[in-house]
Amino acid sequence: MPHSHDSPDRRALLEGRGLAFSRNDEPVFGPLDFALHEGEVVLVEGDNGAGKSTLLRVLSGLLAPTSGEIRLRGEPLTLARLSPQVALLSHQTGLKHELTAFENLRFAAGLQGQRKGISPLSALAGVGLDGYDDVPVRRLSAGQKKRVALARVLMAPVALWLLDEPYANLDHDGIQLVNRLLERHAHDGGAALITSHGAYAYTSGTPRRIRLNRLFEDAVEGAVA
Amino acid sequence: MRPGSTSSACAAVIRRDLTLIWRRRGDALNPILFALMVIALFPLALGPEPEQLRRIAAGVVFVALLLAGLLALDTLFRSDYEDGSLEQLVLSPHPLSLLLGCKVAVHWLTTALPLIAVAPLLGELLHLPGDVRGVLVLALLLATPLLSLIGAVCVALTVGMHRSGMLLALLVLPLYVPVLIFGAGACNAAQTGLPFLAPLLWLAAALVLALVLAPLACAAALRISLS
Repeated sequence: MPHSHDSPDRRALLEGRGLAFSRNDEPVFGPLDFALHEGEVVLVEGDNGAGKSTLLRVLSGLLAPTSGEIRLRGEPLTLARLSPQVALLSHQTGLKHELTAFENLRFAAGLQGQRKGISPLSALAGVGLDGYDDVPVRRLSAGQKKRVALARVLMAPVALWLLDEPYANLDHDGIQLVNRLLERHAHDGGAALITSHGAYAYTSGTPRRIRLNRLFEDAVEGAVA
Repeated sequence: MRPGSTSSACAAVIRRDLTLIWRRRGDALNPILFALMVIALFPLALGPEPEQLRRIAAGVVFVALLLAGLLALDTLFRSDYEDGSLEQLVLSPHPLSLLLGCKVAVHWLTTALPLIAVAPLLGELLHLPGDVRGVLVLALLLATPLLSLIGAVCVALTVGMHRSGMLLALLVLPLYVPVLIFGAGACNAAQTGLPFLAPLLWLAAALVLALVLAPLACAAALRISLS
């Protein structure tokens, strides 16, 4: 049962009830029930095209769900209430290639604010890019770009991280780094929903998983394991 | 945890866009050079008769600036859409319309303002009488931000489509026509000694309306384009 672990005193940070999304009348995922609590990392698994990225876009408020509802700390969600509380890392990293890593992060800090005690420079150091602050992003490798994008998420003063394929393009150290960042974020009372196509995964502890299946192959609903 | 203030978010957008334009200054200069070339070519094509040039001067300057702005319009949200920074703008805790308004302001500052600054010289090139040059600058100051704002709404509507250049021109041109008529009309009236205040006031009224409504429309259109 999706809600069996919910205790009344512990209100979920993010909760989906009967959440489903269709594009042009073709179902992409759902209906899906899940709850994400503070201090929790939940892994969204699924094959390519199973709707993982779409789920994150729905949860970030960029797309409106076709049916069902999203609750944030127990209250129905509106984009205005959500956006100060969520950081999204999507496939397009949102970095400007002409700007340096530092300039990109300074822009992000202006736009989203910054977490107490973290500056663009310390965020860069936190993702292992010490000394890369004045290198144009265009000259960074794909993995390094991913790290800069992670530094932006790290800097955002939000409780909820939605990370789409955070492990893609990263080397072994990078994967460990993402796991460390997630652990620390969860330890500080934050929560994260991360997608993975299965090749790499969150290794610390045994995170709860949401499994999405491709709806046009077998009409199995996404379920929380 | 503190979300930054809205003014610092606006400042960040303006600062980033200006830096980007500076880094791509070769591309950014294109529309301005285009307008200057068009205006400089008219006397060469029509012959140097002051009487003839004087009659078309204001119209030529207006059309050149309008087309230069149109050239730069497609890039207004395109790269932000493609690299995902538009998503970040939408997800920021600040009003999207305000942030987009800042982007449009940067577009106007970098494509229209330099040309307005040299507009008296361009008028001189086309034998525009001295007292009409003031009206020309005033009309341009009112009309070009209006063009940028109207254009931004249309770009926001088409940014999700591939190869939307043609569609954008079709959407934008009918909306640009009234602005052109009032702007160039004010200059023509001034030239023939007629009162020119009314068309300028119309432009000012439209600009106020657009300043308030266009960023909101832009934000709504971009949200649709992103979904």
